[in-house]
Amino acid sequence: MLEFLQQMINGLSIGSIYALIALGYTMVYGIIKLINFAHGDMYMIGAYVGMISVTTFKLPFVLALPATMIVTGVLGVVIERIAYRPLRKSTRVAALITAIGVSFFLQNAVSRIMGAKIYTFPPVLENRTFMFYGLRFNTQQIAIFVTAILLMILLQVIVKKTKVGRAMRSVAVDQDAAKLMGVNVDRTISLTFAIGSSLAAAAGILVGIYYNTINPLMGFAPGLKAFVAAVFGGIGIIPGAMIGGFAIGLIETMVSGYGSTLYKDAVVYIILILVLIIKPSGLLGKNRKEKV
Amino acid sequence: MKNTFLNKKNLTWLILGVSFFFLIQLLIQVGIITPYYRVTMYWICLFAILGVSLNVIIGVTGQFSLGHAGFMSIGAYSAAVVLRSMPNLTGLFLGMAIGALISLFVSMVVAIPTLRLKGDYLAIATLGVGEIIRIVILNMKITNGASGISNIPYLISWPLMFFFVFISIMFSANFKNSAIGRACISIKEDEIASEAMGINTTKYKVMAFMFGALIASLAGGLYATTYYVIKPETFGINNSINILVIVVFGGMGSLTGSAVAAIVLGIINNVFQPLAEWRMIIYALALIVIMIFRPQGLLGTSEASLKAIFSLDTYKNALKGLIDLVTLRKFRVAVASIGKGKQR
Amino acid sequence: MKRILVLVATALLVLSGFTACTSTDKGTIKIGVNVELTGEAAVYGQPEKKAIELAVKEINDAGGILGKQVEAIYYDTKTDGAESTSNVTKLATEDKVVAIIGAAISGTTMAAAPVANQYMVPMLTPSGSNAKVTNDGTTVYPYVYRACFIDPFQGVVIANFSSTELGATKAAVIGSSSSDYAKDLATIFADQFEKNGGTVVAEEYYTDTDTDFNAILTKLQNAGEFDVLFIADYAVRAGLIIGQARTAGIMVPIVGPDGFESPDLVALAGGADKVNDIYFSTHFSTLSEDQAVKDFIAAYTASAGEAPSALSALAYDAVYMLKQAIEDADSTDPVKVNTALEALKDFKGITGTINFDEWHNPIKSAIVVELVNGEQASATVVNP
Repeated sequence: MLEFLQQMINGLSIGSIYALIALGYTMVYGIIKLINFAHGDMYMIGAYVGMISVTTFKLPFVLALPATMIVTGVLGVVIERIAYRPLRKSTRVAALITAIGVSFFLQNAVSRIMGAKIYTFPPVLENRTFMFYGLRFNTQQIAIFVTAILLMILLQVIVKKTKVGRAMRSVAVDQDAAKLMGVNVDRTISLTFAIGSSLAAAAGILVGIYYNTINPLMGFAPGLKAFVAAVFGGIGIIPGAMIGGFAIGLIETMVSGYGSTLYKDAVVYIILILVLIIKPSGLLGKNRKEKV
Repeated sequence: MKNTFLNKKNLTWLILGVSFFFLIQLLIQVGIITPYYRVTMYWICLFAILGVSLNVIIGVTGQFSLGHAGFMSIGAYSAAVVLRSMPNLTGLFLGMAIGALISLFVSMVVAIPTLRLKGDYLAIATLGVGEIIRIVILNMKITNGASGISNIPYLISWPLMFFFVFISIMFSANFKNSAIGRACISIKEDEIASEAMGINTTKYKVMAFMFGALIASLAGGLYATTYYVIKPETFGINNSINILVIVVFGGMGSLTGSAVAAIVLGIINNVFQPLAEWRMIIYALALIVIMIFRPQGLLGTSEASLKAIFSLDTYKNALKGLIDLVTLRKFRVAVASIGKGKQR
Repeated sequence: MKRILVLVATALLVLSGFTACTSTDKGTIKIGVNVELTGEAAVYGQPEKKAIELAVKEINDAGGILGKQVEAIYYDTKTDGAESTSNVTKLATEDKVVAIIGAAISGTTMAAAPVANQYMVPMLTPSGSNAKVTNDGTTVYPYVYRACFIDPFQGVVIANFSSTELGATKAAVIGSSSSDYAKDLATIFADQFEKNGGTVVAEEYYTDTDTDFNAILTKLQNAGEFDVLFIADYAVRAGLIIGQARTAGIMVPIVGPDGFESPDLVALAGGADKVNDIYFSTHFSTLSEDQAVKDFIAAYTASAGEAPSALSALAYDAVYMLKQAIEDADSTDPVKVNTALEALKDFKGITGTINFDEWHNPIKSAIVVELVNGEQASATVVNP
């Protein structure tokens, strides 16, 4: 039983990382229906910017986090302007290929600039381990978990309660109608990218601290997992991304803990496919009737 | 449409194909195509086959698949396993046939439930299928796990490669132009309307998917005998993405477009080889720039027709596109819009 | 039709122009380098490239080989077997190099090995340590060599070290399932450890994309007592596992292969306090009193801006092995160089004295290093 609970903790802590990345993924998707393959790489950029701000500029963590989020957010907007905006009227698959191009570009540009070596993150957050009824927690796990929850709530508030959020929701439903209603579509989309990218950056810096290692390819696998998490929970739905992230973290840990690590990805995908077959728009997704 | 196979159009294509074959064969024999260019040429051929086969699924039928490399790996491993005990052409063909059968079976099992999904959900499900295939291969004894199979006999030759490229494109073109293909195109255009017209959409979607998987497994078999070594990671999501890039780049729905895209990307990869690390950056930028300027792909949805090949307009348009590309018109527009606040 | 011809002609001209650019005058000795510069294994390929650059510069500054300057041609395998095959074909047939160094990992080396044999150009991998890189188990590949010792050898070394020096009787093994390197090492370690009278209480595997090992570490802790933990992997993940194991309260000695060797191990583990009681086998130790090793460490640190790893040391040796072979052959004919390379006798490199056995594997000693607070505290030489 103790082992099971410990594995639950392990699972939730991985899950909160997936959830953090998935939040930005699902948000960008919700607004412009773009599978932003480069999102995982924005997370990588966030980790690098965070590392540079902590090591080169000697910023304390409380300043490094917002600084990283701003820098990466701006980068996200620039990428959107240059690479995605010209394609807004094209097919979605063309935009997808562009996103793949952006992803390759970011990976290789960072690899070229920073070198392919592994960088390590200085321990800016204290990591203390403490026991609680025989269960082991550490402060970094809790920090990540709490950050994920807080960011999700914040995001939910922005989307549901603010004027900007209303603009986002209207753009998500119908861009042309939103335009007619006086919503500045371009600016709303830019803002979405800014928020989405800065969320990824937050995830990047936290994960950088937690695993204290970063490399140019670190974004690809978690990015893919986060996408799966977002689809799992119902893509475009903010709490869905959260649930999806935690679900995948837990499944992976339980398969590793009680079966074999080698099959954990396969099990995740099998469960994903089953979920989609039973509920084609994800756990929290609404099934829309097709109309002619 | 046409009731005789040997009409003028098909005959011209046949003559073009055959003369192309002999031209390359001649160039190889006199040593103009050196062994190195031959390797590049085989890469182009393999990815042309893969691109065309995925195009049948994505471009013709409109079903988004991100797991194509999985079917390729089935073919590659079947061929490699059979070649271990029969290191000759018979073994290769037997292995490819077995791979094709397994691929057909797996794709059918996978397609029936998953093809009910739409768009991005289908994409992620097929991605999952590709990964599952990879993980299963990774954990099997006969496939030798992560180490993969090495020392696969090198049996590839230009006639063999050409034969498979030719039949893949020909079968795919026939698929597209047949009644089945037209049903598939109608599904792509509007699934509900096609259903209302009495088309059994599931059946045609599954058929297209199985057809694509079959061809991909053949390409996998050829891959195994061209590159000596296969490993599960060779056939991961990255490879599926590479194939997808070829399809979109060439133009979705244009089979000849995929072939052209494979050639263009193969040459880009080759020409920039001495640049080592810079190559991938240039490749990435090329993808972005080309998609911005030609989001519909090189050939759009149209096929390279004989008329187009012999028409001046084609080259005029290509030149126009090239000028656009050099002057970076669209880019300047996009960049200029940065910082401009209010736009309606 | 005429226009098509013009188009084709232009294309051919451009292509031939490109090849013309790369070919140089006959006064140099061309060495091909085919390593991982991008992709997952770039972490291993990049330091090798830097070491090769250093060695080539040193050789050229000292007057080159046979009075000719050395020119290294670098190609990137992209960590892809097909690309590696294509690169070696180009190096052998287009660039007409004397010999090839590469690749950094076993997989891409094995993909290129048949090509090197076919075009009869010697190929020397600095770090492809899988047993089947230089032979298929029954016949040796006549043109493929390596500078490092092979996995079975170091697996045995570490197992013996654990049983005798550490006095361990119960071992837990964890390793990556995605690389032959890790899988082979795990099996060989377990076999040898049991042969020595010990028991392996648990074996766990994970994939290369993992960064969180808490699930399997928790599982290990519940599998029973063990007094040594063997991690079969490279520093990238081994460092993380060390850190996470220590945080999870696993305090037994941790042993590992040459992959542990990395300037980043401490940072990966999350602090020097976690890197105690760690032992690994490697190719060279920074504690070495050998002047050549000291010089190499100083020169590499100055030119590359980072401390050398075993990979850079091996790549550096690879260049000098080729130099020796070319000088012994007194020729730049790849076939003659190959014969000389095969006959290489008592080559003194910074990773030890090298002689090839009949499988083209170097017979050389391994070093077991102990880390205390992340620093190398002692080095034990283990001879084959």
